[in-house]
Amino acid sequence: MPWWTHGFGPRVKGAIAALDRLPAPLRRGATLAAAGVLLAMLLAAVLAPWLAPHPYQAQNLDARLLATAPGHPLGTDHLGRDVLSRLLYGARASFSVAAVVIGIELLFGLALGLLAGYFGRAVDAVIMRVADAMFAFPDILLAILITGILGPSLINVVIALALVGWPGMVRLVRGQVLVLKEREFVEAARALGGSHGRILLRHVLPNLAGPVLVAATVGTGSVILAEATLSFLGLGMQPPEPSWGSMIHEARHYLRHHPTLILWPSLMVAVAVTAFNFLGDGLRDWLDPRMRR
Amino acid sequence: MGRFLIRRLLLAIPTLVLLAAVTFTVGRLAPGDPATHILGERATPESIARLRAEMGLDRPMGEQFLRYLAGLCRGDLGVSYYDGRPVLAILRETYPETLRLAGLAVLVSVLVGVPLGLLAAAYQDRWVDRAAMAVAVVGMSLPSFLLATLLLRWFAQGLGWVPVAYSGRPEELILPALALGLRPAALIARLTRASVLEALRQEYTRTALAKGASRARALLRHAFPNALVPVLTVIGVSTGYLLGGSFVIEKIFVIPGIGGLSVDCIIRRDYPVIQAVTLLGATAFVLVNLGVDLLYAVVDPRVRTAS
Repeated sequence: MPWWTHGFGPRVKGAIAALDRLPAPLRRGATLAAAGVLLAMLLAAVLAPWLAPHPYQAQNLDARLLATAPGHPLGTDHLGRDVLSRLLYGARASFSVAAVVIGIELLFGLALGLLAGYFGRAVDAVIMRVADAMFAFPDILLAILITGILGPSLINVVIALALVGWPGMVRLVRGQVLVLKEREFVEAARALGGSHGRILLRHVLPNLAGPVLVAATVGTGSVILAEATLSFLGLGMQPPEPSWGSMIHEARHYLRHHPTLILWPSLMVAVAVTAFNFLGDGLRDWLDPRMRR
Repeated sequence: MGRFLIRRLLLAIPTLVLLAAVTFTVGRLAPGDPATHILGERATPESIARLRAEMGLDRPMGEQFLRYLAGLCRGDLGVSYYDGRPVLAILRETYPETLRLAGLAVLVSVLVGVPLGLLAAAYQDRWVDRAAMAVAVVGMSLPSFLLATLLLRWFAQGLGWVPVAYSGRPEELILPALALGLRPAALIARLTRASVLEALRQEYTRTALAKGASRARALLRHAFPNALVPVLTVIGVSTGYLLGGSFVIEKIFVIPGIGGLSVDCIIRRDYPVIQAVTLLGATAFVLVNLGVDLLYAVVDPRVRTAS
């Protein structure tokens, strides 16, 4: 699912997934470019301590709000901290939040989705009613409510986003399992005396990998955007630690005279999120030859 | 049609009760005792116990929930921990701002999105189509804070069109509405294009063309009405989201709506207001979805007979 459908609910997402495809040559180029960009960003995040020209928290009040200066290629913020270094460390925050949230979503989504789809009946009814209840809320609203109750912090953002995200993954997995369990190879495994556990793990799960991988890739983009939004609102990463969202949050007062302060982290978010979206689309094409046109 | 309407309305009731149950539960999970919150840390245990009894906090959970529901029906949303005002009065002040902004944003998204999508479909694979879709992809890739920042920078400060600070005049909502409406507009454009193209491939369009209808007539009279259902869905759902308040845009443009309000309330842990705002947003979302379902039945008679 493209990341920009984040916040548009399952019904619309379904309609878009079915209808909307970019022209093929554009998609191939975009996928490669996206993979390259993401790889570079990930490397930069991992190598931040070695790449960053300054410690991200080092203040220099004599060098505040510089546009560019020797030693500060992207300038400095309102406390004289190096913007490039903070962007690099901010990438760490964004990527690690996304990885943890998507990990939790995958764990719950796969476990509950397999149970609901495979066993049906009461198990299915209970799990899906809870998921439906979560869907009745606009997701960013629910994430804000949860962070609000737990208190602003990055850990609570992770909890909120995982809580909001799992129903989507469960729906996807359940839908796939419902189709897969009627297929001949599952029937054959059952006829040969395979246990439920064996059928689920050896026959159903591997066939789920494709769609789940695509959903996780695109979902990573949505989580990065959601983290940035919550941090921007002051609910996520707390100063002085940098995340792209908290950098935008701190830069909002300097919009008038120092617009680049807000522009750099916003651009990082936009580029990362778009890249995950294109990568997800590309993966879908690659995994599903029928979609290659 | 009447039966369909009543059925859908009745089905919305359990959903709304469920929403209330979720906000009630989350509210009870919030750290701290409401009575202590209101009276302050230095209140005597006796006065706290008295207020707890007055608020019904010593009753069983089930009874508390029923009281909460009954309160909701009377418009009693509790009292703000922050300034002691009734939550309903706070919402009465802030929600109209959110409504005006949401209404304008929906207007922007439909007025930009639908014509753009139609144009792209009419000139499929020509440069008009390519340009329109490129604009749409970019429109969807920009996070709202980036878009808002750029708009503010260029129009509010660069050209001096609109003041930076909000004072309640309607023209000051133009930039926020643009910032808010462009993403749904891009989505509507892509969806309109895709579903109109789908309808253009159908036999009834071919029949219309064979009988001598002009291309424009085939597009607007035959393909477009049949392409409306998915387009209405996106419009409806984006409306639902916008009615829940737009946290980022309201914060950036300093609009005193419920989005900005709830962010402030979270920072100062004013739980009753957060609960009420969430419930309001979710209720608006459910009601708009209900409205869209009913609209389907008007636009597409097949929906009525199917259910």
